[in-house]
Parts: sequence; structure tokens; C-alpha cells
Amino acid sequence: MASKSSSKPAAKSAGKPAQKKQAKKSDGGPAPLSRDDELKAYRDMLLIRRFEEKAGQMYGMGLIGGFCHLYIGQEAVVVGMQMAIRDGDQVITGYRDHGHMLATGMDPKGVMAELTGREGGYSKGKGGSMHMFSRDKKFFGGHGIVGAQVPLGTGLAFANRYREDGSVCLAYFGDGAANQGQVYESFNMAELWQLPVVYVIENNQYAMGTSVARSSAQTNLSKRGISFNIPGEQVDGMDVRAVREAGARAVESCREGNGPYILEMMTYRYRGHSMSDPAKYRAKEEVNKMRAEHDPIEQVRLRLIESKSLSEDDLKKIDKEIKGIVNEAAEFAQSSPEPDPSELWTDVLADVEA
Amino acid sequence: MSIEVLMPALSPTMEEGTLTKWHVKVGDEVKSGDVIAEIETDKATMEVEAADEGTVARILVDEGTENVQVNAVIALLAGEDEDVSDVKSEAPKEKTKETPKTDAGQGEKTSRESGEKAKKETAEPKVEVQSDPDIPEGTEYATQTVREALRDAMAEEMRRDETVFVMGEEVAQYEGAYKVTQGLLAEFGDKRVVDTPITEHGFAGLGVGAAMAGLRPIVEFMTFNFAMQAIDQIINSAAKTRYMSGGQMSCPIVFRGPNGPAARVGAQHSQDYASWYAHIPGLIVIAPYSAADAKGLLKAAIRDPNPVIFLENEVLYGKSFEVPKLEDHVLPIGKARVMKEGSDVTLVSHSHGITYCLEAMATLEEEGLDVELIDLRTIRPLDMDTVVASVKKTNRLVTVEETWPVCGIGAEIAAEVQARAFDYLDAPILRVAQKNVPMPYAANLEKLALPSAAEVVEAVKTVCYR
Repeated sequence: MASKSSSKPAAKSAGKPAQKKQAKKSDGGPAPLSRDDELKAYRDMLLIRRFEEKAGQMYGMGLIGGFCHLYIGQEAVVVGMQMAIRDGDQVITGYRDHGHMLATGMDPKGVMAELTGREGGYSKGKGGSMHMFSRDKKFFGGHGIVGAQVPLGTGLAFANRYREDGSVCLAYFGDGAANQGQVYESFNMAELWQLPVVYVIENNQYAMGTSVARSSAQTNLSKRGISFNIPGEQVDGMDVRAVREAGARAVESCREGNGPYILEMMTYRYRGHSMSDPAKYRAKEEVNKMRAEHDPIEQVRLRLIESKSLSEDDLKKIDKEIKGIVNEAAEFAQSSPEPDPSELWTDVLADVEA
Repeated sequence: MSIEVLMPALSPTMEEGTLTKWHVKVGDEVKSGDVIAEIETDKATMEVEAADEGTVARILVDEGTENVQVNAVIALLAGEDEDVSDVKSEAPKEKTKETPKTDAGQGEKTSRESGEKAKKETAEPKVEVQSDPDIPEGTEYATQTVREALRDAMAEEMRRDETVFVMGEEVAQYEGAYKVTQGLLAEFGDKRVVDTPITEHGFAGLGVGAAMAGLRPIVEFMTFNFAMQAIDQIINSAAKTRYMSGGQMSCPIVFRGPNGPAARVGAQHSQDYASWYAHIPGLIVIAPYSAADAKGLLKAAIRDPNPVIFLENEVLYGKSFEVPKLEDHVLPIGKARVMKEGSDVTLVSHSHGITYCLEAMATLEEEGLDVELIDLRTIRPLDMDTVVASVKKTNRLVTVEETWPVCGIGAEIAAEVQARAFDYLDAPILRVAQKNVPMPYAANLEKLALPSAAEVVEAVKTVCYR
């Protein structure tokens, strides 16, 4: 698994194309997770799923305004990647960000209250669905301009290298953002300066309504780093084990000073691009097949039952507990007051330090 | 307890829709995520998914019903341990979309009070800006170019704070396309003086990310014309993130470089962006004229916790000024300087615009007109107090700038002055600015496009009715 770490800067030489460095996965499928990790993955993914369902419901009730991009279907990506990093590592993403926030350990109450635009939200109600941050959890947003988070994440990695603190940044973006020019500007600088950043491409197959095939000359997005000598891998993003394993490999490589790494997570969103997208650009069968055969949560649930790690009753207990957390978040998000009108004028500029 | 299934809103603007199809019937068990119905919105047909587990107990709105209000109860689910037959049928409530109440449980009095409070508190807060610190008597002055003063400012701040670094095209080995970063690589090394590829959008964003992580980047644009490639990161990422994060994030970064018309470089390399950036809440915009101000304000900009646009001027780089020899010459951001006091008319300008004013003032003095000249120095926030106080004294105002007049700095000043000193004005406010054309290349046309001392003289005479 860690075989690539020995190949340090030599692996960057032109004679050794990036493709040679990838696909180091063992042939027998991804390494299994421990019982505790399986359980954690199940809980974390289920929390995101239930949270997003609730958010969709609350959007339908008019409690959440504007745009709302749900993460349902993609849960294994953030949960698996989060298992591959350590304290101090940063996370940054685009606008489909609720899952990332929950995975980094941010409080569901604060996230949901931001969705409803209330005082108790992470941004005091001033950011909304696409703009939340937590310094504490090293979550750097939540960015609404497609692709803008990629140079920002590269800058976070620049700071890590500058401080020599050994931290790695996970910069998430989608298959749509993968066609933005600033992504390649970032790739170039990240490799040039050997910055510790993992570019996690969440390929959910559709950039809003445009499929990868209709928008991308090279549809294998893990190859997008080849001309920069950045190694890339395609990963089964519906399998949390595969995500964690590839994530650990990528993060370790970054931490050892080998520069950036690209992981293309093959994933799928069940819902439309946003709440107001009827998703007519894909067949219903496609969605149903994905849900029936590849659901990231169901996979873990079945493994837990098959291995007799947990009984149906145990799982029901967990489901109930998660539902309780989500309901509590929803209640908080409705009872927390709207921000005080004076908040209109705060946080535009910081006061100058004395 | 039964669970209500409500008519969902599927877009921010939807108020009602048609319930076209039910996919479930009474008695069916549903799981969260199951498609239970289809509705037609103003945009398209959409599926409604169950958000809760349960058994369908009642269907309250029939297939094909039009104009179903958002949030109306369309079905009832029986929850766990509940019998379907126990769920009572209810008429669909014709609920309209309500604004969520925030003062639930509070009396009318309280909400009225908070309304009044709101009115008071929604006024833009006023920020007091300190005056320039006094320069101690006996301080020596050194003659320095603006270029040298800027370099010294960066070097001093880099010595003072390890987190300050400079990045940009040709800033290190080449020592700056305009030699502003001369000597920095030798003193601070390539970790802190970073040559970038030609990739403005990328390195501006990278700088913003580094600033969010707590470093203090100075990002040099070879000229601000190229910053248009990066303007999304400057505005959407640097300027807005503090607000969008409720004050959690900060972005202490300086974007600096030459701005404004140079000489004979044509339309794409000759543009003043002061008013572009001055438009944006969350940014500070500085455009100094003299070397002493350039030094004192750049040092302040680097220490400031906010994103700062620091607009230099190529024509001024080589111009020499007296700079006080002080250990730490830092000036307040947001404070204009009255460069010369006068009683007949106020001239307001900044950066290279000052040179036209000074040249014009020599002529005007000969004609017996006593001009008060104000150098704005900071464009956002504008020091309107200083300008208004001056206009109240002179009763006349002419603004001078090198950008186009439409929505320019002069337009903003004129709007503010008429609001705050209308009764003091004895003449219309006039603006001297670049002509409303892209910058031409031909020497004679370029001269015509730019403002001139002669135009300043003419404008001043006009407002003085001479």
C-alpha cells in the first residue's frame, strides 16, 4: 500500500509517467475495515443521509431558502477520506458541502441552523448552505464559485509547507469543476512546489445536467494530472473501504513530501443537482440501479450483518439514535432566532489590531 | 402520532403546484427516500420522496389536483406502533408559506421594541480614523523614490513578521518587473520571495488560501490589468469570506502592483481600477501618491487583518520624495491628507492624479485662486469627513482621477458631498477624468484621452465662475 512512498522525487521525473505510479491496489479488493471502523463509517454515513433527507424536507417546507445541494449517494467519499486524515489536516470543498461538514465533526445543529438562516448557524445565518466554515474542525468552506476552492486549498497546502507542520489539505471538487482553468493553474503550482494537497475529484457523473462524456475530452479525470506529473487513481467512491485505503495512500504520499495526489472518486448523487433540478437528463433506471446495487450505506450494513458484528436490532438502535440527532438539529434550526438586525453590519472588515 | 406529508417547494420561488400522481396507496409502507408522488411545478415535473418511515394512512389530496399550496398537508403516515385506522382524516390545510417566526412566545410589545431597535442598529456604523502620527521634531528625512519606499516597507514588515511573504511573477530572481522587490530574494530567500508561473487566477487564489490559513501574503500583480484574470478570487473569496463565515475566517492579504495608465502601452495595459475595487464591501483600497505615504500605508496594509488592494503607479515609481527616517513609519488607513490648505476651491485627487493638480495649482495661484488640495490616499473607506469639511470652507469642488468618469471615484464623492453639504455648494461639482474611450496608442490621442493640468485649471475656473 505504501509502496509509492519509496519512490519520492524520482517518481516525478519525466521518464516515469504518473500512470505508472497508480493502481497499486491489492488485487483482492479493498482492505477490510475493523469492526469499529465499519461501525463508525455506518454511523457517519447514515448521519449525512438522514441529515440531507431532513434538509430536503425542510427545503420543501420553505424553511431553507435559495440553493440547496444534497450529498445523498456520495457519503462514502467524505467519510472514507476523513478516516484517512489526522488532526490538523484541512478540508475544503465546493457548494455540495453538508456532508463534508458533518464528516469533519461539525455540529449538525449549527449546520442545519445555517441552512435555515438563523443566529445559531455556523456563520450566524450570513453564509447559508454553500458558505460555512469551522476553524476548530479545520473546515475551510463551503465555496459557491465552481472550482474556486481548488486554488484556495492549494494555498492551505502552501501554508502547511511554509510552516513545515506536516499537515495535508484535502481539496474536493466535482467532475464539473474539473474543467475549470484554475484547477490546472493549481495543479501546476502544487507539483512545482511539492505542496501537500490531495485533490479529491468527486465524479458523480453529472455537472448539473451535463454528463462527463458530454463535457470532458478526457473522461478519466484521474489522468488530468499527467502533464503535471501528478499521480492519479480512480477509486470506487461508493465503497468506503476503497476510499479510505486510497485516501490513506494519497495522504501518506503527500505527508512524505512527494507533492500533490489526485483521487477520482467514482460516485453518484441520487438527487438532482439542487432541490429545483428534476434530473431529466438521466434515466430513472440508472438511479435505481445505483441505489439498489451500490448504495454506500447498504454495503456496510450488509457486511455488519453478514459478519454478525451487529444484529438488526442493534442497527435499528443506531438508526433511531441518528434520527434523534437529526430531529434535534431540525428543531434547533427552527427555534434558533433569526440574526439580530445589527448583524447586517458586522464581520465585513476585521478591526485593526492595536 | 401520525406524520404529515406536506406539499413541498422545489424552488425558491414556487408557491403552488399540481399533484400529478401518487405512487403509493393507503396501507403501503414507505421508507425515507422512497418516491411517493409526482408534482408539477412552474419548471418541470418532480418526484416527491418520503422523508419519514411509516405506513400511508390517508391521502388527502387526489391525483390531478391543481394549485396545491406549498406546505399543504397532502397525506398522513402512520408511524411506528400506530394503527393506520387510528389516523383521523383531516381536510387539507390551505397553509400558505409562512415566514418562520423568530419571536415565538414573546408579546407584541417585545417585537415592536425589537423593531425599533432594529431600525437604530441597521445604520452603517461609523468608524473613527486616527490622524497621522506626529513626526517628532528633529526627525531626519531621506530622499527616496516611491519604488524604494515600497521595497523598504515590505522588507521591514518581513523582518518583523515571519508569516509575511511576497509572491508574484518575476518578484524573486528578476527582482520585480518594475524592480519594486529589489534585494528581497537576497535577504529573505526563495521560501519567502516566491516566483510564480504566469497564472494570476491560480496564485491569487493560492494566496487567499494561504491567508485563510494564517499567513500574510503580499501578492504582486505585474500590473493590475492582469488582476482581471484573478478578480473572482479577490472579490468572491478574499473580500466576502469573513462576512460569509460570520467573522470566523480572516484573509490578511495585500494585492499590490502598478495600476492606471502607463505610457504608450495601449488600451489593455492602461487602466485605473480604483473604482472597481472601491465598489466592494470587505476590501480596503489604497492608492498613495508620495513615497512617504506609500511606505507608511503599505506597512499598515501588510499588518491589516483584511484584504487590501494597494494600487501603485508606474509613472510615480521613479519619482523622489522626502521620507521620514523613522524606525516604524506606519500611517492610518482611511485618512486623507490635506496637502495644501486654501480658501477658494477644493481639489480632490489621488495617486498620479495629484500631479495634474499640482501643475494646475501653479497656474491658478498666478491667477489669484487659492486652492485646497486633498490627497485621498485611501479610496475605500473614503475619508469623506475631510472632503466635506473642506467643501464647507471653500464651497467649491473639483475631483481629478485617471479612470473613466462613469461610476468613478469623483462620481461617488459628488454624490456624498451633495448629500452632506448641499447648502454649502456655490457651484456644481465638476469631475476631471479620462475620456470615455479605451486608451489609444497614438501619442497625441493618448494625451487627449488623459486628464491634464489644463483641464483641471479650466474646471477650477468654471466652478469659481472665472
